[in-house]
Amino acid sequence: MSIFVDENTKVVYQGLTGSQGRYYGMLNRDYGTQVVAGTNPKKAGTDVEGVPIFASVADAVEATGANVSCVFIPAAGVRSAVLEAAVGGVELIVVITEGVPMHDEAYFYNKLKAEHPHVRLLGPNCPGLISPGKANIGITAGHIAKEGGPVGIVSRSGTLTYQALYELKQKDIGCTTCVGIGGDPVPGTSFIDCLAAFEEDPETEAVMMIGEIGGSAEEEAAEFIAANVSKPVVAYIAGLTAPPGKKMGHAGAIVSGGKGTAQAKMDALAAAGVQIGQSPSEAGDIMAEVVAQL
Amino acid sequence: MDLFEYQGKQFFASYGMPVSPGEAVTTVDGAVAAAERLGTPVMVKAQVHTGGRGKAGGVKFAPDIDAVRTHASNILGLDIRGHIVQNLWIEKASDIVEEYYVSFTLDRSAKTHLGMLSAKGGVEIETVAVESPDAIAKIWVDPVDGLREEQCRQWVLDANLNPDVTDQAMELLLKLYWAYNVGDADLVEINPLILTPEGQLHVLDAKVTLDGNAGFRHDLTAFEATQPRDEREAAAHAKGLQYVGLEGSVGVIDNGAGLAMSTVDVVNQVGGKPANFLDIGGGANADVMAGALEVINNDPDVQSIFINIFGGITRGEEVANGIIEAMNRVDIASPIVIRLDGTNADEGRALLEPHLSDRLMMAPTMLEAARESVALADGAAS
Repeated sequence: MSIFVDENTKVVYQGLTGSQGRYYGMLNRDYGTQVVAGTNPKKAGTDVEGVPIFASVADAVEATGANVSCVFIPAAGVRSAVLEAAVGGVELIVVITEGVPMHDEAYFYNKLKAEHPHVRLLGPNCPGLISPGKANIGITAGHIAKEGGPVGIVSRSGTLTYQALYELKQKDIGCTTCVGIGGDPVPGTSFIDCLAAFEEDPETEAVMMIGEIGGSAEEEAAEFIAANVSKPVVAYIAGLTAPPGKKMGHAGAIVSGGKGTAQAKMDALAAAGVQIGQSPSEAGDIMAEVVAQL
Repeated sequence: MDLFEYQGKQFFASYGMPVSPGEAVTTVDGAVAAAERLGTPVMVKAQVHTGGRGKAGGVKFAPDIDAVRTHASNILGLDIRGHIVQNLWIEKASDIVEEYYVSFTLDRSAKTHLGMLSAKGGVEIETVAVESPDAIAKIWVDPVDGLREEQCRQWVLDANLNPDVTDQAMELLLKLYWAYNVGDADLVEINPLILTPEGQLHVLDAKVTLDGNAGFRHDLTAFEATQPRDEREAAAHAKGLQYVGLEGSVGVIDNGAGLAMSTVDVVNQVGGKPANFLDIGGGANADVMAGALEVINNDPDVQSIFINIFGGITRGEEVANGIIEAMNRVDIASPIVIRLDGTNADEGRALLEPHLSDRLMMAPTMLEAARESVALADGAAS
């Protein structure tokens, strides 16, 4: 099993006719993902390497049965693209685009929550998600992930997600699903959403969690783990030595007013019984020990 | 993007909020001329992106022109928490009856906007939060609905402001939310919001952080032009690189923000001091790599360079070719240690092999590369 996406997932790409959308859409198709449609109101009726283009997500859903949308629209258009996808009838909207204004994110997150409560949003500014061997949606390099289980991965950082997948593959450990939730201030899907889904998934037997400085999502995840997660969790938190007041790449990665430090996050997670790696590779080593004892 | 106080006031004024007349100046003569036009008494206020200006002597009352000259000469060039004062705001002085506090920002846990209002303004809100938390009235504003009038009225009543100004406060707070939302601010804060003897509410200080991602909706060039950056950060910014200057001797280059943060951590963990955080993004082609190496190379404190690349979609041989070509273009002063892993790492390492020397080294893991680059930096320093 896997969470959120599997071999039956059918994906429509908003922005498939653009250079990024086309490049990654075709890579996702080569991986084996069911890439069934693209959208562009000006190019409806055409195709991108055999993938039909529709005027709207609603049209694409009706014609192809797409149940997931992947958004490669430039930042200025993301707000309306997300709302279009929700109205269009997909179950999951994955927003890869970075640089979306905070007020837009807060708006469409709450709009979906109120009016489309069954639609899951992932991102913005995330690498997407992969259920190895079944579906790869977004910009993750598929071949660095090993199929099967028993580990589920959830991460706020793109490159560290790849690093985690790769380390596990080197140790011959498979992954059920790897979800990149992204580093923006209002992520559509949280650590907690993923932890809850992994807890429910029978094939996931352990969870790797990669966090970073800023906000309190890791602390909230720690509380959730203590109360609700029976499976072992291994975590790594980036930014232990980041100076306060400096934004470390991601919009959400900033220590301000003494809040959001890596140490506080590690302490909260350790108190919840999570094993902490001091580096990504140490986290990988710890996970290998955990898997060996399953 | 943090605005100076005077820019924050211009921002608020553009949304119809009451601010004092004033002028931004950079010299003592400019300050005197501004005060003559405004008419004394005035306030002479340091413009820096940090708090604690008052305590540091950066905000002074000037009853006459002589005092303006004295204060302006003292404050220009003053070091306030590491920020050197280069700009002054000369503002018509106000009489104060009461001081309030108000702010809007994102509550990342609740994923809605948080407004805080207090009748105890003029001091740091963190202090109020600790000493008398009940004195802060909080509201959570749904980003879809916005700040509703009835919600705003209750908020004002909860904060126990002077009852005579309830309607005036409501009008000002609705405008402030509008400025926060439509103006794409990450933070708006007025501390203090004052009540004058004439019974008027008035913005006396302004702290505004604008969202740089919303540049497609607003013209931010005027604000960007006055952003203080160190030279290294300015050079990196011009090349479109994500760079944060640090104070060590190991230059760090990564493809990804999380990996770069992690690399800075590992360099510290093995006893070194990173000179920077630098994320070159996904591409890692020769142009980008050469640009990154130039930025690092121009930092006189750098004694060694640690390039930490994890290939995802980017393939190892592309990265290796990028590094080789960049080294041909830029004359690098410090030895480089490379850790290359991920997609096609073996092919990439094979390409780098013939170029290896005591100026270009390769390490099999992130940890070993960190140790080597730190040892090189320490060796160069001793």
